[in-house]
Formats: sequence, structure tokens, C-alpha cells
Amino acid sequence: MANTALEKKEARTEPAHEVTRGNVYTPRVDIYETTDELLLFADMPGVAPGDVDIRFENGELSLHGRVGARLPSQGVLLKEYGIGDFYRVFTITETIDANKITAEMKNGVLTVHLPKAEALKPRKITVTGG
Amino acid sequence: MLTARWDPFSDLWGRMEQLHNEMNRLFNRMSDGLTRSWVGAFPAVNAWEDDEAVYLEAELPGLDLSKLEIFVTGGNQLTLQGERQPNVPADGVWHRQERGFGKFARVLTLPVPVDADKVDARFEHGVLRIKLPKSETAKPRRIAVKAD
Repeated sequence: MANTALEKKEARTEPAHEVTRGNVYTPRVDIYETTDELLLFADMPGVAPGDVDIRFENGELSLHGRVGARLPSQGVLLKEYGIGDFYRVFTITETIDANKITAEMKNGVLTVHLPKAEALKPRKITVTGG
Repeated sequence: MLTARWDPFSDLWGRMEQLHNEMNRLFNRMSDGLTRSWVGAFPAVNAWEDDEAVYLEAELPGLDLSKLEIFVTGGNQLTLQGERQPNVPADGVWHRQERGFGKFARVLTLPVPVDADKVDARFEHGVLRIKLPKSETAKPRRIAVKAD
């Protein structure tokens, strides 16, 4: 196991949150396709359910999660990741039924359901005997 | 001093340091990948302190809390270990898989001894926050000087 020692870094005296403010991060995303829909999972730690904007326009899906500054300005011991908003845009080539898009946010993971338009769903054709 | 108000290099230093850390983490992960599963410097941690406590924060989105264990040993060693399990729908195909899953364990050595009984951990919106109150011996003490 890696052992990380926390030591005070004296060199930097500027407030750390000033460095990250305004930074925007790309969330890691999984996309999965079933017969009925595209399912998108995005890691957006620190984003409350009310702080997500999802837009779907002209085949482009954009995700924006707002994150407030959390790191204090003094006494920083270890800074391994920056804190900022999450933003990412996807081009969706499948035909999506935009009115039926739903999303939920739980424990920092955003799940977006993008139902395929009816016309594209595989259809089983029943053959009747004459 | 007026000149102290704006330092164009502080932002640059911050970014350089972040890049340095990222590179270290990348190499850690790569070398670990050769030997066993993903147990590099994960999760990434931010930590800070004041007179009262050491505060630590880690991003663990989607983690099932029953799979997370936090230990304080020897007064100043903090261990975070757990497992992030994927939620895989029953049938279909992946178009993109960027999120990591699996077991992780990380040991952090704190700069001062902490009071293990008073450690407080919270998990909110996928961010783990741990407050580790410093043990009484480690707190700064104000010494009253008596005048004759």
C-alpha cells in the first residue's frame, strides 16, 4: 500500500481556492446502450442534485455540474485534486426521444436515461399464416 | 504592502504542483497495474489543518458506504479502504467506459497525533469528509505569562 505523508507546505501562501476557482473539469463517463435507451453515468463528486444542468439540443447533450469552493485558504497539507465545475458535451447520433429524457443524481453520480425514438426500436414482426 | 496583493506566479505554481502530483499518481498507477489490481494513490486526497483538527477530503462518487472502512492506527495513521462496485445493466453494449471500479486502500500519515475516538466522517454528494481532532498534546497552547 502506498503511504503518503502529510507535510505542511510552507512555500505557497496564496489562498488555494483562488487557484481552482473558475477551473472546469471533465467528468468521467460511462455510456451503455440497451434496446430501449442510451444510459449515461457521469462521476460528478460534490455536485448536489439541484446543481446540475442537462441540455439536449440538435443532437448535442451537455452536462454541467456546479461545485462550490471547498478548500480553505490556509493550512493546506495535501492537494491532489482541483475543485471546480464539471462540464462535458456529447454528440448523440442515435435518434433520441427528447421529451422522455430523465436524469437522477445520487452520491455524486449522474445517471441520464436517453430513450430511443419509437421508430428506431427493434420491432418483432409477427408472421401470420394464410 | 501593495506589491504583495497580486502575485502572477502563485497560480502558475499551483498548477505546476498539481501537474506534478498528477504525474506521480499516473506513474504510481501504471507500476501498480503491472503487479496487481488498481491500488495506487486512490482515492486522491485534499487535506488541511487548523489549530483544532486535521481535515481530509476524498472524491468517491457512487461508493456504497457499507463497502468503506476507515481506521486510525498508532495515533497518526489513517487508512481508507473499500470497494467501488460497477452497476451494470442487464443487457446491452458499452459505448464508453471511463469510470474506474474495484478495490482500493490508502494509508496516510498525519502530521500530528489525533484523537481516534472523536473522528467524524461524512459522505455527501460523493465526497468523503473526515475531521480528525488533534489530540490534546498536539494542540497549540497559549501560555499565560504571570507578572510579578
